[in-house]
Amino acid sequence: MKDEVTSRDERVANLKGMGASRKRVEDARFTQGKGNYVDDVKLPGMLFGDFVRSPYAHARVNGINIEEAMKVPGVLAVLTAKDLEPLGLHWMPTLAGDKQMVLADGKVLFQGQEVAFVVATDRYACADGVEAVEVDYEDLPVIVDPFEAMQSDLVLREDLEAGADGAHGPRKHHNHIFLWEEGDEAATNQALESSEVVAEEMVYYHRTHPCPLETCGCVASMDKVNGKLTLWGTFQAPHVVRTVASLLSGIDEHNIRVISPDIGGGFGNKVGVYPGYVCSIVASIVTGKPVKWIEDRMDNLMATAFARDYWMKGKISATKDGKITGLHCHVTADHGAFDACADPTKFPAGFFHICTGSYDIPVAYVGVDGVYTNKAPGGVAYRCSFRVTEAAYFIERMIEVLAIELNMDAAELRRINFIKQEQFPYTSALGWEYDSGDYHTAWDKALEAVDYAGLRAEQAQRVEDFKAGKTRKLLGIGLTHFTEIVGAGPVKNCDILGMGMFDSCEIRIHPTGSAIARLGTISQGQGHATTFAQILASETGIPADKITIEEGDTDTAPYGLGTYGSRSTPVAGAATALAGRKIRAKAQMIAAYLLEVHDDDVEWDVDRFVVKGAPERFKTMAEIAFASYNQAIPGVEPGLEAVSYYDPPNMTYPFGAYVCVMEIDVDTGEHEVRQFYALDDCGTRINPMVIEGQVHGGLTEALAIAMGQEIAYDDMGNCKTGTLMDFFMPTAWETPHYTTDHTETPSPHHPIGAKGVGESPNVGGVPAFSNAVHDAFRAFGLRQSHMPHDHWRIWKTANQLGLHG
Amino acid sequence: MIPAAFDYHRPDTIDAAVGLLAEHGEEARVVAGGHSLIPMMKLRMAYLSHLVDLRDVQEMQGITVDGDTVTLGAMVTQHELITSDALASVAPILREASLQIADPQVRYMGTIGGNVANGDPGNDIPGLMQALDAKFVLAGPEGRRTVDARGFYEAAYMTAREDEEILTHIRFRSVAGMGYAYEKQKRKIGDYATAAAAVLVAKDGDTISEARIAMTNLSDTPIFSEGAGAALVGTSGDGAAVAAAIAAMQADIDPAEDNRGPVEFKRHVAGVMLSRAINSALSRA
Ligand SMILES: Cc1cc2nc3c(=O)[nH]c(=O)nc-3n(C[C@H](O)[C@H](O)[C@H](O)COP(=O)(O)OP(=O)(O)OC[C@H]3O[C@@H](n4cnc5c(N)ncnc54)[C@H](O)[C@@H]3O)c2cc1C
Repeated sequence: MKDEVTSRDERVANLKGMGASRKRVEDARFTQGKGNYVDDVKLPGMLFGDFVRSPYAHARVNGINIEEAMKVPGVLAVLTAKDLEPLGLHWMPTLAGDKQMVLADGKVLFQGQEVAFVVATDRYACADGVEAVEVDYEDLPVIVDPFEAMQSDLVLREDLEAGADGAHGPRKHHNHIFLWEEGDEAATNQALESSEVVAEEMVYYHRTHPCPLETCGCVASMDKVNGKLTLWGTFQAPHVVRTVASLLSGIDEHNIRVISPDIGGGFGNKVGVYPGYVCSIVASIVTGKPVKWIEDRMDNLMATAFARDYWMKGKISATKDGKITGLHCHVTADHGAFDACADPTKFPAGFFHICTGSYDIPVAYVGVDGVYTNKAPGGVAYRCSFRVTEAAYFIERMIEVLAIELNMDAAELRRINFIKQEQFPYTSALGWEYDSGDYHTAWDKALEAVDYAGLRAEQAQRVEDFKAGKTRKLLGIGLTHFTEIVGAGPVKNCDILGMGMFDSCEIRIHPTGSAIARLGTISQGQGHATTFAQILASETGIPADKITIEEGDTDTAPYGLGTYGSRSTPVAGAATALAGRKIRAKAQMIAAYLLEVHDDDVEWDVDRFVVKGAPERFKTMAEIAFASYNQAIPGVEPGLEAVSYYDPPNMTYPFGAYVCVMEIDVDTGEHEVRQFYALDDCGTRINPMVIEGQVHGGLTEALAIAMGQEIAYDDMGNCKTGTLMDFFMPTAWETPHYTTDHTETPSPHHPIGAKGVGESPNVGGVPAFSNAVHDAFRAFGLRQSHMPHDHWRIWKTANQLGLHG
Repeated sequence: MIPAAFDYHRPDTIDAAVGLLAEHGEEARVVAGGHSLIPMMKLRMAYLSHLVDLRDVQEMQGITVDGDTVTLGAMVTQHELITSDALASVAPILREASLQIADPQVRYMGTIGGNVANGDPGNDIPGLMQALDAKFVLAGPEGRRTVDARGFYEAAYMTAREDEEILTHIRFRSVAGMGYAYEKQKRKIGDYATAAAAVLVAKDGDTISEARIAMTNLSDTPIFSEGAGAALVGTSGDGAAVAAAIAAMQADIDPAEDNRGPVEFKRHVAGVMLSRAINSALSRA
């Protein structure tokens, strides 16, 4: 074999294992237009379905006339709530323990709500059919403001029994969903009262939308002969969809096959269960033909899950020299018409109580009131773990506000309050156990990299020049030190509708030394086929290029809870490493047998087992694989396969230090990001290039959210941002240059020490951009303004501060 | 986002195209680049049974510079407005402005004729045409006529063009030697203007001898502000003159609130764009 002449370094390089910037194996097909998305699924006789949607945000539906629609050539059926009712499918449970209308049942509660489902032989006929359906609406008063909702006599959800508890306990008002609390309110209030300095502020994180490039859709195909339902779709959690579909439809779970093909971005939008899936399944059962439903952009922005919409009222207290003594937060959370948040079931406000951030805060309290309004349902984690972006934005704004109150430098205020390295594992006042971190090192590295002192000096000069009329541009320095909580999660407290949030990996090594591994997760652009193969390469000694990673087909992949909340690497990545170790353990027995020594007399070396003290005697993984199938080995079953299901003992806590330097034109409200420095610590780094790609993408989404992207409604509940003309998606032109950096603090409880990174840049990026805007105006008295910081809002800030003369 | 059914026609002469419009009346519309019309049809805000594609009409192509007369076929794309050196030598403002329209993909398809005939106040070229004092050549069943760009726009999507008429050519005189600038504020690439200003100025020594100013997306039509131009003429373009021009322009515009911002913001930005455009144009005069 050639192996003898290959050096150890070459063998390591050949693996392309952990730490290698291996090129993404997915990109060849994506960059050549050879991906296979749900809309590429074309089946013989396939029909198309589309929705009649409500133009009103709140109205009674007095009647639906389908006569004209049925006359449109090609239209085969129009489903309404009446047709679904006998099946019990006119309403469906949400992931948050509420229920949601599949099709309008007597009234509509948000603009864009699904009213009827038209099924036709092609898309064009379907669109004509949608237009021909006549709906008799009687409009009702509309509530788009959650504070007003909590005062109003108007009952939005007439289906809910007055005074009865909701899924998360008592409801205070007919438009109230839940109050969820954590921490010690009495002690927190006492700390606030007895502190030298208290800063109070309302921090609003506006409603936005994940807006993946590919919208949501599915193809449902019911084979009436063998009773099997196959469902292709844009699912971030295919196994959960299978179980939910089985529970809802009564079809046995083994008769349902859910396939997530290539997914063109998810960002949380594709976690939810939508009426389109239910209607497609019903339509396929009714017609006996495959039925495809694909949202258009407006459907996606107006009706499928939004993100954020949190009004966070904060109080933070400190000593005169800046040591934080307490944190109090009350959130009014606008959930829209149905509570369809995608959170672990026991956490109706997600992990918002990570809002003590990177700081050692002795006492804290959080209360979140969920409220119904006439807006689209949702509340998904848009490129963040559950409500973690809201939490990070809240604390990073409160720190800035406190710095203003203390007349102190915000970088210094952070430094003196960071949790210290020796305090880890650290239990926060709100109950989380932070696994590891080294915040001071990261912070100092970041400040030095950007020459923080130099930037502050330049800024002071700029303020002078501005006041002297020499410039109309201000300089903002946006700081953020965020701590994430990802990798949901330990089954003891994390489940979705009762399904524990473990994940899984199943590996088969083929006789000639290549392999296939299947996972319970599903990539939507994260590069799993690249990085999970690298984990396995390092664990099993099989080169990553010889490992196929497959996800998304519930008939072949082991059960898992899917991909969102940066959970794939922390959970499925751990399962992958452990399954690899099982392979290696069996391989060791085989190697020892082949080498005629005791199991303990061989040791692992990159891609082989070597006899201790006799390095010329070894068996490579490829040789072992062949033997495992083809040689009778006493006491050892043939084959080389392993399965691992991983229930994480804890969450992981990635963190990072970001600095954004921004120029702001006070006359037009335009901004320019001059510099963006992003230091991420995601523990062990599997593929630095993939990490960098994730950071660039996440920062760009953060830029979008902070600087312009929003789902806005007028007083009538009309969505004003239903197209990409008004919903801000940055192009390469608007995207600044990013400088990435890292420190590496491995997770102590994760098999390979990895923590997850996909969402960090969004979590840390939003406050960094927003803080830069605020910081530019700090010298002129700005404490707080609301995102998104688009041109006119920045202009308004400047105007209100009297900067327009 | 699926339009209702329609018939598609592809004539190769102006007369044939006009004939189709006359035959089908309100049910028919011409399509040029399709980048304003097709989205409206997909949103089902426009219903047309007959689309008359002008792509094969050779007479409506091409850029001609004859002495100081410039003639543009209505089917000249926005991309061609950028790449034509002949045009840049007689009216460089067209290149500067076209680079700020939409994005390259839209500009490969979108035409100058579609942009000016559309009547959307957000379109950038109509204001430019008013600054250039362009004439629009219209062909209809009754023959051809010429209309001034400054008199063409009546209200949003309402112009002096009759339904059966086609805009075939655009003519204007060379503005070589005049200082020029097109300043546009937008939220992102591919966005229509929050406010935009087109400025052409000529100087006699240090004194401004001629100034033409037009504003975009600040009323339901483009605004050619004679008052703003007049405020500059006879001055050196100093701060006071620019302030007077801005005040005159602000008296002519009537912006509406939308997602780009409220009225007072737009008025303010209009002033900033105009002041920048004047200063830039003066530096080139
Ligand atoms: C994403 C996007 C961004 C855009 N941004 C901008 C921008 O920033 N600035 C800007 O100015 N424009 C912008 N546009 C519009 C673009 O410039 C269009 O191309 C232009 O408005 C219309 O030109 P067209 O050739 O595509 O016309 P079409 O869409 O084919 O036609 C538009 C209208 O004009 C009529 N018409 C076309 N040609 C003639 C003719 N010769 N005679 C009579 N009537 C005619 C049509 O019947 C139709 O009613 C944008 C478009 C898109 C899709």
